[in-house]
Amino acid sequence: MKITPEIVAKMASLARLELSEDKVGLFAEQLGDVLAYMDKLGELDTSAVEPLYSPVDKPTPMREDTTVKEFSREDLLAGAPQTDGAFFIVPRIV
Amino acid sequence: MADNMTELTRKTLVEIRGLLAARQVAAREAVQACLARIEATEPKVQALLHVDAEGALATAEAMDKIGPDTSKPLWGVPVIVKDVLTTKGLPTTCGSRMLENFVPPFDATAVAKLKDAGAIILAKANMDEFAMGSSTENSAYHPTRNPWDLGRVPGGSSGGSGACVAAGQAFAALGTDTGGSIRLPSSFCGGVGIKPTYGRVSRYGLVAYGSSLDQIGPMTRNVADAAPVLQAISGHDPRDSTSMDLPVPDYLAAVDSADGLKGLRIGMPKEYWGQGLDQEVETLCKQAMDTAKSLGAELVPVSLPHTEYAIATYYIIAMAEASSNLARFDGVRYGFRDKQAASLLDMYKQSRTKGFGDEVQRRIITGTYVLSSGYYDAYYRKAAQVRRLIRQDFEQAYSQCDVICGPACPTVAFPLGDKTADPLQMYLMDIFTISLNLAGLPGLSLPVGLGKDSGMPVGLQILGPAWGEDKILSVARSLEKTIEPLPEPRALA
Repeated sequence: MKITPEIVAKMASLARLELSEDKVGLFAEQLGDVLAYMDKLGELDTSAVEPLYSPVDKPTPMREDTTVKEFSREDLLAGAPQTDGAFFIVPRIV
Repeated sequence: MADNMTELTRKTLVEIRGLLAARQVAAREAVQACLARIEATEPKVQALLHVDAEGALATAEAMDKIGPDTSKPLWGVPVIVKDVLTTKGLPTTCGSRMLENFVPPFDATAVAKLKDAGAIILAKANMDEFAMGSSTENSAYHPTRNPWDLGRVPGGSSGGSGACVAAGQAFAALGTDTGGSIRLPSSFCGGVGIKPTYGRVSRYGLVAYGSSLDQIGPMTRNVADAAPVLQAISGHDPRDSTSMDLPVPDYLAAVDSADGLKGLRIGMPKEYWGQGLDQEVETLCKQAMDTAKSLGAELVPVSLPHTEYAIATYYIIAMAEASSNLARFDGVRYGFRDKQAASLLDMYKQSRTKGFGDEVQRRIITGTYVLSSGYYDAYYRKAAQVRRLIRQDFEQAYSQCDVICGPACPTVAFPLGDKTADPLQMYLMDIFTISLNLAGLPGLSLPVGLGKDSGMPVGLQILGPAWGEDKILSVARSLEKTIEPLPEPRALA
């Protein structure tokens, strides 16, 4: 399937990115090449193959479900672009 | 004084830790020597993003006051950490403008473990933005240059870690490997790099790119130096549910006892030794295999028939996971925020558009596409199915051999700018490293000489079965003993 600039613009919007027209055109071309290469997987019959999503093949160790307070509010707010000292501040929503 | 300092940085990690433990060298001296080396070489290689001279010296002085601690195997050893690992109180940028001002309130588990072992964190190493790249040209700050030839790339995405170790700026570095990002720069810079089994080293505090692929590992100048670093960072961590609760073998013993390869069956996958290899890569890797044979190994032909599908499989999975992982960078809790945006949605969009570089945006969009409604089965699920076939290839091969060997990369380091315009060509550099990440298995890159024409280092890859890091270390050390060590990188000599 041909990757059009419209498809790239739609994906960008879903991913919360806003690309210039030039970049949309460039990415459409490059994405087309990359996906054409990925279509190679269609050569394989995988109808009977169980997908492998993670290489961990042993049961994942569980830990106690206990609350641990590792960081202070001040620590967590320290990296934020805007806070009022108690909360993260974002542009007005309503 | 300056010469004396340079001499100190020429020591191996094993040598310097012996001198530190015996109080023949103070931790402060080791740090000062590395800082002097950084000052001399950094204008050329640009391997680093942040040097914590003050903090490292203060830590060293405090340690010297108390004296060496025999329970800490890396006591006083200066190390450098890839900037994708969080470091408490030190900037962690992931090579991105998005995190330009981010100073985390915690250490990644691997970093905390290094500190517990007595290591001193000296600096943060440059990298491709969010670990996306094979050349370290995608750093938002500056490209890193190869210490053997400043016109060539160091490999990526842990290119800063590979270059800083080769340049003698520290005795070891941590890198991360999602599709070969430890082994490729180790190969290009003439060092040793280990990608451990998935689950061997905790990923807590590693800013995620491809969560089911990423692993942290040591990058050093020789095999013996890698063992204590890997030992220090390995083991179960309750903070990472994919970190396995399994005993960690004695890697130092594996290296110390390495004395030949008698009875070892080395798998030679026909897919790794065929067409497309640069002549000098093929020549040096084959010589290493002849050496292995002379040391008692049996070379066994094996096949990894789905190798040709590995790159497509990898990039679908990695980009899908990246698009999901990087959704957290929204300008709210940390990182860059576009302050002009009037609405919340506009703030998300502008912050991400201005904060992420081109390669990151390209991968997010590709990942979004392969996960989108209507394409999920055709791409992501399909790739996950092929991933199983790739792992089954390894399982089948390991029924016939103990380890597998092949080149780490089809070529030596390429010139800067050579592949930046064509992402697909860049992706193809990872052909021999990627399958291992998909299968979750361990691998090591070992320098086997300098190419006759290029004069650049060539790396042999030694792949092992799951949890077989001790085995590949032992094989690598046996081979290393018979190979002439590389000289000092000529661009810095």
